[in-house]
Amino acid sequence: MSYIKPKFRHPRLQKNALGFTVADYDGAISTLCAGCGHDSISAAIRNACFESAIPPHRIAKVSGIGCSSKMPTYFLGKSHGFNSVHGRMPSVATGASLANRALTYIGVSGDGDTASIGMGQFIHLIRRNVNMTYIVANNGCYGLTKGQDSATADLGSVAKGGAVNPFDGIDLASLAILQGASFVGRSFSGDKEQLEPLIRAAMAHNGFAFIDVVSPCVTFNNHTGSTKSYSNTREHLEPMALDFVPMREEIRTQYAEGSTQSVTLHDGSVIHLHKADSGYKTDDRMGALNAIQSGNDADRILTGLLYLDPNSKDLNTNLNLATRPLNELGRRELCPGSKVLDSINEGLR
Amino acid sequence: MKKIKGINDFVVKFANVNGTGSASANHLFAKAIFRMGIPVSPRNIFPSNIQGLPTWYEVRVSAKGYLGRRGGVDLMVCVNPQSMEKDVASVEPGGYFVYDSTKPLAPHLKRDDIHYFGIPFTQMCMREYPNPRLQQLLKNVVYVGALAAFLDIDFSVLKGLLNDQFKGKERLISSNVHALEMGYHYARDHFKCPLPIRLKKGGNSAPHIRESEHILMNGNTAAALGAIYGGATVAAWYPITPSTSVVDAFSQYAERMRIDPGSGKRNFAVVQAEDELAAIGVAIGAGWNGVRAFTATSGPGLSLMSEFLGLAYFAEIPVVLIDVQRSGPSTGMPTRSQQSDILAAAYASHGDTKQVLLFPATPRECFDMTADAFDLTERLQTPVILMSDLDLGMNDWMSPPLEWDDDYQMDRGKVLDAQQLDEVEKWGRYLDVDGDGICYRTLPGTHPDKGAYFTRGSSKNEMAVYSESGDDYVQNVDRLLRKFETAKKYVPRPKTHDPIPVKNPKTDLKLGALFFGTSASPSYEAVEMLAKEGYPIDTMRIRAFPFHASMDAFIHSHDLVFVIEQNRDGQMRRLIINECEIPPGKLVSVLNYSGTPITARKIARIIRETLQSDDAKANVVPLHSETV
Repeated sequence: MSYIKPKFRHPRLQKNALGFTVADYDGAISTLCAGCGHDSISAAIRNACFESAIPPHRIAKVSGIGCSSKMPTYFLGKSHGFNSVHGRMPSVATGASLANRALTYIGVSGDGDTASIGMGQFIHLIRRNVNMTYIVANNGCYGLTKGQDSATADLGSVAKGGAVNPFDGIDLASLAILQGASFVGRSFSGDKEQLEPLIRAAMAHNGFAFIDVVSPCVTFNNHTGSTKSYSNTREHLEPMALDFVPMREEIRTQYAEGSTQSVTLHDGSVIHLHKADSGYKTDDRMGALNAIQSGNDADRILTGLLYLDPNSKDLNTNLNLATRPLNELGRRELCPGSKVLDSINEGLR
Repeated sequence: MKKIKGINDFVVKFANVNGTGSASANHLFAKAIFRMGIPVSPRNIFPSNIQGLPTWYEVRVSAKGYLGRRGGVDLMVCVNPQSMEKDVASVEPGGYFVYDSTKPLAPHLKRDDIHYFGIPFTQMCMREYPNPRLQQLLKNVVYVGALAAFLDIDFSVLKGLLNDQFKGKERLISSNVHALEMGYHYARDHFKCPLPIRLKKGGNSAPHIRESEHILMNGNTAAALGAIYGGATVAAWYPITPSTSVVDAFSQYAERMRIDPGSGKRNFAVVQAEDELAAIGVAIGAGWNGVRAFTATSGPGLSLMSEFLGLAYFAEIPVVLIDVQRSGPSTGMPTRSQQSDILAAAYASHGDTKQVLLFPATPRECFDMTADAFDLTERLQTPVILMSDLDLGMNDWMSPPLEWDDDYQMDRGKVLDAQQLDEVEKWGRYLDVDGDGICYRTLPGTHPDKGAYFTRGSSKNEMAVYSESGDDYVQNVDRLLRKFETAKKYVPRPKTHDPIPVKNPKTDLKLGALFFGTSASPSYEAVEMLAKEGYPIDTMRIRAFPFHASMDAFIHSHDLVFVIEQNRDGQMRRLIINECEIPPGKLVSVLNYSGTPITARKIARIIRETLQSDDAKANVVPLHSETV
């Protein structure tokens, strides 16, 4: 593990539309194990924010507890972050988003943080459709407490000590679709070609965007018999390639007829999906569930944009919240004054 | 046979079945007395049930303006056969018992030292109204009519109240007035009216009641208004008795007062969370992001919120929690009042934590303290907990009117904006620049490349960089303690009153009493009772934790100090012993934890017995004799 982050950057680093280089989206050096899938996710988030040219300080990072939830330190050092309580990041994110609807919110969680202790809050976050991107770094085990199975460990997966998991794993992507999540993706930390555009699309989505990312734990869950090891994941991966074209950007790439389909997001951004079988419909909830479950049954890990409702209404919209962020309001807007109070007193006599 | 006498000084209790519409009739009765200008304090004593169980409504009428419970019942109105045996037994000798005589009274319910008034309420209503629901509802109004005769309630006041209540619904007004008249005439025709206990308009002799034009409101509504006026924009909660009406009222007022005039959209957000953990999580997330946010809960919710309260303490995030206390532990008795979350709140969470608490005693204080809590929490960057209770929160109290200073400026505390971040030489989130333990915070989205930091619990250094160094940890928690000291400057001070002169004191001891919240009103009354008996007692009403230095001085300058509170373990007494350098033996607990609010008589009795016991005489040496 390195413990000094090199400060050297190539002098002619590419700049994004705001004039930032990718280095402007860097965080502190990671203290996770060398080779941890989570570091690839951090890099993908950094690259996605750079590519989408979001001002770093207009992003807020929230997390719970665990290896996954340490991640926000390792990207976007110019953004505020909040490492909250185990399994409770969804509520903190909800409050933060209500307080200032103008920021972009990225939540990072793990399989323990989401599928066990945080299951209740996760489900209700989906139900409320809070406008944020929620990434689960899913490695099927508890890292910080040294390798216990998590609730997403697959049935029959072998733990490092040799124990075979007798329980069905919780499939977070299916669960999210079932609960009505408006954007559900799945990816693999080792597939940045897919993960980066998926994160960009998630951030452009108006509402709750969930990405379940298989992210192998090199220390406790990367051995033969583990279903969430690098090699097993690569072997069984069935990726759906995709591109993301943000709003106001010209579509330059030419695709062969019938090989792609385009999905337009609320803000005008476009996602191009490439797949041999381009009949996959991202707006078909039942179809998506079928495809995921069939994949699971066939031992295939289907990744890509699994479900999208481009017309989703987020929490701010459903609460009919004022356009101006609540944290910009002052006494004038908030305090009704003494005359109103006098009339209230009058009604209580 | 003796007859209890008294003008504007008695206790009436109603024994009803819950879910039968008695609440609004009982409220009509209490409000009529209030409108006659007579000090009155009504209390619901109700079961955790929707329909069918016994429920009581106790109305204290006190010319002297005592608003706490006195103890005892002078007039019982019993329309619930389920509880009749106990209700008969609870009437003071010489008191009065009004009952539904549709069925004859069982012989074992006959006492020879109280006066019975049988009125066939059910029969009258069955004869008068065809609809069974109407029979049930108006039966309640009929007994209010009878009480108008028994107690001399101004009939025009009752009519005026019905007019207000059913504005525009003439049929409802006339049927209610008719029911009132039916009861009134029955009582007049069959009994000698009024009774020796009765009302007299304008007979209000309490100076502190006369001082200002009073209102009648409950503490939860007042706290909700405090949150509106204090500028809260995010409320997150999970329904729990007895705090539910705080956020209900907040939502209702916000719908009227917080709509953006241009767009018609809301300048507030209310989230009914999935549980209390999420409720406070939402409030903390919002507080972190720069709005004034709050949650309201009761005991079980406070327990669930403990982990987050610890995080907010260590991460230094403003959040207001309104705890409307009820009997515990766990579900306890959800509809019964107690002051039993004191220790759980003061030290909420694991690790070394101390939370700022406020103790309102009146609806006016619920309003003021809630509004102030938002200034305090942002000034101190730590959670502030308003410690109300069911008695204060859900019952109507006479209170001075709510007042608001239009020149009020919110104290948003130490928050740096973009320009200040550019000007400041060196900024670190946990650098104690001013030496008061309070550091400068920044909000997400403020500055392109300054002021961003990572909020976390305890492992960090002054620059908000991750650190597990023991030195960094100690420095941080010691600073938090310094901040708690600073809090003493900002929280409301305790209240004292001039001592009541006692002509021939029966004791050499210098006596004091400490109390807070809803224990205050009956404590003041008990102290006046005891003063008449020859026991002079100085009082101090605690209004906040951390405690003010003047409380230490108060304890030091008295031989015995009674700590009056409503829980089993004497939690406030323990908190004082824990936090103050005082001899614990001086503090004597006066406790009530039955779930019904403490009474003045009980307080007086415990204090009297303590003072008359041989222990007190033998063991307590008066301070002034030591100094000789």
